[in-house]
Amino acid sequence: MQAKNTMPEKYHIKTQPVPPRRPRVGKYGVVDWREDCARCHNCVKKACVYDRYRLETEYIRNLSDVDALYFDCRGCFSCVQDCTKGLLCLSVNPVYEALGNSYWTPEIIKTTWLQAETAKIPVSGAGYSGRFAGPGFDSMWTDMSEIVRPTRDGIHGREYISTSVDIGRKPSFLAFDGGKSTDALPPLVSLPMPLVIDMSPPRYGLPKLGPLIMETARRTGLIAIIDSNDWPSDEPDKEQYLPHVAFHLGPGAPAPPKKLLTKMRLVEIADGHNVVERIKELKDVHPDIVVSVRVELNAQGPRRATDLAGFEQVEVVHAVADLNGNELGVKEPRFIKDMIRQIHESIVEGRRRDEVTLMASGGIALPEHMAKAIICGADLVTINLPLMVALECHLCDGCRPGMPCPAKLEDIDFDYGVGRMTNLIAAWHDQLIEVMGAMGMREVRRLRGDVGRAMFFEELEEETFGRLFGTRKKD
Amino acid sequence: MADYLVQERKIEEILPANTLKTCVPQAEVVREIKPAPPRFRNEIAKYVVHRSSDCIRCGKCAGVCPYGVHVYKPGYKYFAAPKNHLCIGPVCEKTDHYCVALCPQGALRLAENPMIEGLGDYRWPADMILATWKMAQTGDIPPEAFGFEYQCGRSGGGFDRLRFKFPDKPPVELDEDQIDTSIELNRRNDGRPKIKIDVPWYGGGMSFGSVSNVTQLSKARAAVAWNTFTCTGEGGYMERLRPYDDHVITQVATGLFGVREETIQRVPIVEFKYAQGAKPGLGGHLLGDKNTVSVARMREAVLGISLFSPFPFHSVYSIEDHMKHMDWIKHVNRRALIATKVSTPTDVDMVAVGSYSAGTHIVHIDGGYGGTGAAPDIAKKNIAMPVEYAISKVHSFLEAEGARDVITLIASGGIRTAHDIAKSIALGADGVVVGTAELVALGCVRCTRCESGRGCPRGIATTDPELSRKMDIEWGTQRIINLYNAWRKELVGILQRFGMRSVSELRGRTDLLMHLDYNNDVGAER
Repeated sequence: MQAKNTMPEKYHIKTQPVPPRRPRVGKYGVVDWREDCARCHNCVKKACVYDRYRLETEYIRNLSDVDALYFDCRGCFSCVQDCTKGLLCLSVNPVYEALGNSYWTPEIIKTTWLQAETAKIPVSGAGYSGRFAGPGFDSMWTDMSEIVRPTRDGIHGREYISTSVDIGRKPSFLAFDGGKSTDALPPLVSLPMPLVIDMSPPRYGLPKLGPLIMETARRTGLIAIIDSNDWPSDEPDKEQYLPHVAFHLGPGAPAPPKKLLTKMRLVEIADGHNVVERIKELKDVHPDIVVSVRVELNAQGPRRATDLAGFEQVEVVHAVADLNGNELGVKEPRFIKDMIRQIHESIVEGRRRDEVTLMASGGIALPEHMAKAIICGADLVTINLPLMVALECHLCDGCRPGMPCPAKLEDIDFDYGVGRMTNLIAAWHDQLIEVMGAMGMREVRRLRGDVGRAMFFEELEEETFGRLFGTRKKD
Repeated sequence: MADYLVQERKIEEILPANTLKTCVPQAEVVREIKPAPPRFRNEIAKYVVHRSSDCIRCGKCAGVCPYGVHVYKPGYKYFAAPKNHLCIGPVCEKTDHYCVALCPQGALRLAENPMIEGLGDYRWPADMILATWKMAQTGDIPPEAFGFEYQCGRSGGGFDRLRFKFPDKPPVELDEDQIDTSIELNRRNDGRPKIKIDVPWYGGGMSFGSVSNVTQLSKARAAVAWNTFTCTGEGGYMERLRPYDDHVITQVATGLFGVREETIQRVPIVEFKYAQGAKPGLGGHLLGDKNTVSVARMREAVLGISLFSPFPFHSVYSIEDHMKHMDWIKHVNRRALIATKVSTPTDVDMVAVGSYSAGTHIVHIDGGYGGTGAAPDIAKKNIAMPVEYAISKVHSFLEAEGARDVITLIASGGIRTAHDIAKSIALGADGVVVGTAELVALGCVRCTRCESGRGCPRGIATTDPELSRKMDIEWGTQRIINLYNAWRKELVGILQRFGMRSVSELRGRTDLLMHLDYNNDVGAER
């Protein structure tokens, strides 16, 4: 008789390529001056390895819109250097340079587009080309282990690396009487990866995005937080999404109807003086719901998050910095990684770390940020802007009624939107596995707060160059 | 047969001859410095000279320019395109041969080349690429007049913020030929060969598959000329490398592609690659498009399939396993030195000592910012520490453990210039491994497209037959020979200013370094 396979199904997100709707915004373009052409009939453009000139011609021939130029050159300089008359000149695309902002750099936006299209891990050659270190998450490196850990091959591997996390209170011990647990176990929400989809900032809050985000959450097995006011109560068919939706209840928002709440696994309330009462109100309706408290990371934020973690009734603290990961409302803001470390360490000091789940928001722009935030002490992170970027958003900050949108977000269709966002999450999942594989970690839950798996710029500098060169100058 | 083997034990009776010396006649490559002009028609220049229609073709500009920027061929009606890459730019204004000022019609205009903005990156700025090309072309240090700021990059940390504290006057006046740049690779006194290389660097492992055979052979031939080494990488041992066996390191990596006893027996150094800086903890990547017929045959793999090496060695989970691994190689090749290539985790110092205990001759630490082939972007930037930290850490720990003088410490992962080499040695390395710089010498522009499709559009990192033909071996060899010569000159210049007779004297001399971001207010340890 064949033994029954008891292994749980491996978490896998089904993906397929979703090409962009808009012309690609590449970094380079080639400018030529046709009037000086020697007509040598030996045109290097024909020899372009990437066939970009022919594609450009096709693009121009079929041009239906005048707002997007063709910039898909790969920057190899071959045509520039081989042209008989030296007529070609490579230039950096100004549209590319204008993408995003100082935090959401053009490189981040470009790599996000690529992942949303292909669902693949971005791979390139020629080594690293960026800055030695930088602010925020760029001031830490994840560790790896050399030879003395068990086999692990990342995404290509045979050994399973678990990325699942539990949201909610984890009891520190179990008590049994007569083989039965004497305590009722607190409710837990299990997610297959340490990621939650957060509410979109109001300026990106296109009504048509709601269903796309909910479907993305369903396909990826994740949860999307949406404002309770945005729930389409007149569309009962949407209730199928409720296990993958967490309502955010603003300060004065009423509790959701029992019919809806009992189908949800997680709900979020805004921080306030009556947090405990609101949790009780929700638990009275649906005892198995996990309630998260959303705390803004302003000057008092980390302290407040720590205090909340001290309440017996609080199971999840959702600490939210601004979109760039900065502390809110202060002149010299701290970055989210430092605030998470502070909160995590304070909760550990208060001996409540397993009693509360710490969810971090703000500035999570790349998959490595997810891993690094967890190393700093978060259990999981949330994202919103990366999903907007997956839809080809330029983060141009020009989202106003009547203003042209370079990504034409109002025109997206369901399959495109869900496909791109799903692809991005799948690519992030694979990259999380790669980083964990390199570290020799088998469970993302064990990564939480494990700063031994990271190296911090300040510490390495002090240990190495501080020893040799004394005190570091102030920035 | 090597004398030391005859003296030590009569192993020729028990081992096949090819374990003692390669059977293949070895090729000689002369260390000759000669011009290796750019292989592209229009070399990218820092400055460009524009000629307006006011030009009357009097030829004065061509007559005054000592660099040959203006090309006016007799019998032709018009000037040919200017050789802008020879122009020294605005500093020429102070000379008596400034063409722009001397043009009677005012038809010339000098400007910075706007294309420069699109060339290079933080680690390899445009000036560094252009200067490396210049060195590969001439074999000399780029003249100051060109104004290349090539000794440091713009990454804002590590080597780019370290500077040497040169004395006003050298303590000892030395001629160039009094300065020794050679280093020993075997310091263990274990009866294996005392291999010495003439310069404190050797070529990094780039597999057949990741680069073309022309690139591999050019590297190998330059290694012969400079009495140093090149490395096969993990893609197997090309038969065409055999005339250079004595200057080849063959790599045993986790994928074991093309690794056979026979290939191990060919070489004086065998390198275990446990990890590599560009993708620490992940294993090698060769994407399917580059797995061509010849590559698949060499690697004994299926055509067109992406090849991801496992990580780590599935037979090595401990230092004891590591030692057994080495014993295998040492038994198969009785003359080989063992190099162990590792990445730079937090505990790289302990890994180095462990590897020393297991019997390695060379500990090769590969920092996170290097690499030439395909690597996930997430790994390049985020995993493992930059080599600048690791060198100092390992050097100090080996010293504290009393093992420093019996191990050769080699650093790699972002070594771009002779100044980086000198800084690495001052931080504590004996020598370095270089990779990207060799490719830049061959014309790489760091477009980062080496990994996919047909590979490098410039014919360097590709196995596509058509693209590979863009470069020939003689030219490639000369470019790397020239680059090495320019580097050696720079290194000798640095040693001269410190009054040092040997590059070994520079090792660990952190007191000769300063960091721009520090107050440099402590006496550095020796």
